Amino acid sequence: MALPHAPKYQADERDLIAADISAYLARQTSKELLRFITCGSVDDGKSTLIGRLLYETRQIFDDQMAALEADSKRVGTQGQNIDFALLVDGLTAEREQGITIDVAYRFFATEKRKFIVADTPGHEQYTRNMVTGASTADLAVILVDARKGVLVQTRRHSYLAHLIGIRHLVLAVNKMDLVDYDEGMFNRIVHDYRQFAHSIGIEEFTPIPISGFKGDNITSAPSANTPWYAGPSLIHHLESVEIGDAAEQIRPLRMPVQWVNRPNLDFRGFAGLIAEGTVKPGDAVRVVPSGKTSTVSRIVTLDGDLDEAVAGQSVTLTLADEIDCSRGDVIAAADAPPEAADQFEAAIVWMSDEPLIPGRGYWLKLATQTVSATVHEPKYEVNVNTMEHLAVKTLGLNAIGVAEVTTDRPIVFEAYERSRTLGGFILVDKLTNATVAAGMIHFSLRRAQNVHWQALEISREQHARLKNQKPAVLWFTGLSGSGKSTIANLVEKKLHRMNRHTFLLDGDNVRHALNKDLGFTEADRIENIRRVGEVAKLMADAGLIVITAFISPFRAEREMVRKMLPEGEFVEVHIDTPLSLAEARDVKGLYKKARAGELKNFTGIDSPYEEPERPEIRIDTTAMTPEEAADLIVDKVVG
Amino acid sequence: MSGLTHLDRLEAESIHIMRETVAEAARPVMLYSIGKDSAVMLHLARKAFYPAPLPFPLLHVDTTWKFQDMYALRDKVGAEAGIELLVYKNPEAEAKGINPFDHGPLHTDLWKTEGLRQALDKYGFDAAFGGARRDEEKSRAKERIFSFRTASHRWDPKRQRPELWSLYNVRKNPGESMRVFPLSNWTELDIWTYILRERIEIVPLYLAAPRSVVERDGLLIMVDDDRFQLKDGEQVQTRSVRFRTLGCYPLSGAIESDADTIEQVVQEMLLATTSERQGRIIDRDAGEGSMEKKKQEGYF
Repeated sequence: MALPHAPKYQADERDLIAADISAYLARQTSKELLRFITCGSVDDGKSTLIGRLLYETRQIFDDQMAALEADSKRVGTQGQNIDFALLVDGLTAEREQGITIDVAYRFFATEKRKFIVADTPGHEQYTRNMVTGASTADLAVILVDARKGVLVQTRRHSYLAHLIGIRHLVLAVNKMDLVDYDEGMFNRIVHDYRQFAHSIGIEEFTPIPISGFKGDNITSAPSANTPWYAGPSLIHHLESVEIGDAAEQIRPLRMPVQWVNRPNLDFRGFAGLIAEGTVKPGDAVRVVPSGKTSTVSRIVTLDGDLDEAVAGQSVTLTLADEIDCSRGDVIAAADAPPEAADQFEAAIVWMSDEPLIPGRGYWLKLATQTVSATVHEPKYEVNVNTMEHLAVKTLGLNAIGVAEVTTDRPIVFEAYERSRTLGGFILVDKLTNATVAAGMIHFSLRRAQNVHWQALEISREQHARLKNQKPAVLWFTGLSGSGKSTIANLVEKKLHRMNRHTFLLDGDNVRHALNKDLGFTEADRIENIRRVGEVAKLMADAGLIVITAFISPFRAEREMVRKMLPEGEFVEVHIDTPLSLAEARDVKGLYKKARAGELKNFTGIDSPYEEPERPEIRIDTTAMTPEEAADLIVDKVVG
Repeated sequence: MSGLTHLDRLEAESIHIMRETVAEAARPVMLYSIGKDSAVMLHLARKAFYPAPLPFPLLHVDTTWKFQDMYALRDKVGAEAGIELLVYKNPEAEAKGINPFDHGPLHTDLWKTEGLRQALDKYGFDAAFGGARRDEEKSRAKERIFSFRTASHRWDPKRQRPELWSLYNVRKNPGESMRVFPLSNWTELDIWTYILRERIEIVPLYLAAPRSVVERDGLLIMVDDDRFQLKDGEQVQTRSVRFRTLGCYPLSGAIESDADTIEQVVQEMLLATTSERQGRIIDRDAGEGSMEKKKQEGYF
């Protein structure tokens, strides 16, 4: 095999480096940045193509090249030729160690641009990984094997790229060397792809016939083998495709506030990365969601104040007026602010082994805002291979669906197709803190500013005053058989004797009526608690002291109810009994049935109980009688 | 209308990452290793929080075997207004006199890996900035910008959180922590061109000068102080050398060079024929995948 030599493409650059390093470096500082993703299966030659790009742009040192030569002979799949795939794929060792490679980022540069390539190898978890890699990409290279044409995978990759909002698509018809550089073959594939692309709303794409292995149309075009091809080479296209800075900058200003910079009493700056638009001192701005307006006084940086800052820059702004503005707010053009809403339709990509639980609270992070959110039962799931809509109750790992999302307070947003920054969000599990999903907002279902609560003439304070008491919700939680109902009843009796207006909501009773449509799955249990929470809240509004006795095993739902009520009105009472003791008592004979497998989803047996971390009151039933427990609770509430 | 260059974009991204961390973490810290990447990271942090002082301390996990020039720059940085510099030395390694001459890989394990864990635990830091870049090494290419660690500081590459857009999930349970890599998307060339553009001060060892070295196992090792243990037949010679990466001086290989300006260093680097980490003994310890293994154990 011939010794590898520096690729011709970079020869001029090397000459300049050798002759005039200062001129070269000056040019380095004025490069643009393009992020792209390559989509294809292992067989499509994706690794070979990336390896080829690294090689052609000379990101490969001689020691690596020597190792590559040796590896190519030893384990390569290209006979005596260099197997470029080994450059990026050299992950065999890692695979053997059982290490998953999900998304890897590679870097190369040409004279004009620096490139960051998101590479998502393997078939496993493909949707999750590709969506992750694509989320920061400006362009996607969809690889097709010229011998096979447009396949199911091609459609899937294209759908995902389109879903995530990538505007520039390249259809790279690879392995042209294996079909004798046949123009007809290329044209047929392009024709097939165009029909499919239009059907899912992709209006434009750039088809390029290439051979990653032989190098055709990678750096220059047309190659000697494809005289019929009139378009650009792949690198030329990557270097010249419109990046969209200008389009970003002419939009109205949007800067999500990350951090308030307050080193002393004289300075109060708002730090953030400008998502869209341009800002100058003197510009009128509006802080959303509050709607307060002011003007920009300075754009502060370490290198001195700026006259102007544009989308893509991280800056610190000071405002002329002392108005409320903190992390999560968005500083926007005063005359064109974004909306705020608390209910949306969104596309959701599920990324966790644990499926979506409709109705459960998740943390939702969008730009710099973090709120509690629930996802409703999906409207449908999309089969990413056929684009069919499927009726589903939940979303599992790698599923993509459309669902309504409700947040616990209005958030500032824009439709994802307008703004990735203000339209894309992640969902985080409240217990494990894992990122479980990515979402893209389609539109708001109702604008929060248009939904008004009917103002009631008699306020909750007036209700409470008449009863001469402070309303509260005593929320009992604990295992089945822990003594919740017994103690709750005692507490109510004692309060009643003290002329308090009370009401006891008991788990079993509620399930006979209000919630008789619900079972014991995780989702149903969450809905059970949500409804009870709402009822308890209405009763507290009416001035009552509400006592609830539900197992309520999940921390997230108890926290949800806590948030519905004014500060201090939710009193979590943990009736703490060891499982062994509760099971030994087994008043209703339920543990026995659960152990026998006759009862499914029984808390403590095959469904978890999440203990309160900081309950207002903890009752250790091994240390006191129900009477003593009730006295203690009454003291805390009334005393 | 102005177009941003790739350095502008990288700078803005790094600043955004640092601000997200400071806004959401309880007790952040910046790992300061005194090298060129640390210098760039520190410069970006100043930009991110100006005019406020850095809202976190710098932490140097010392091995007592760094180059004299490195200690000089570290102490200069530490003396600046608005900078809190913490230096941590693993007391066990200190008591046992662990050194790279007598103890081989144990030196790195105890001083660096173990020292870092001890320091993070001692101060209760829950987010630590590191200057690692994805272009350095294969196992780095797939690491997240916010890399989650268990309470025992282990990295589990199978349980990495997906990282979408510029939305970073900084939530964690008590005891767990994050490593944050604001320079993830920078390449070595980006670092150098940025150092030039911003006139960032770096340790002079990156530039060529006549220095005392010995040749050992095919590497040029600098004799930086009188603790150096000469082997039979080894001779100290003066040669014009510079370093591509800096660590403990007995573990850092120099390269012969006359490049005494940053421009010339970059010129040599671009025309060079070997990849960056060649001069580092540490990565060779356990052959293929050794960095991966170190990271799982808690090495940065």
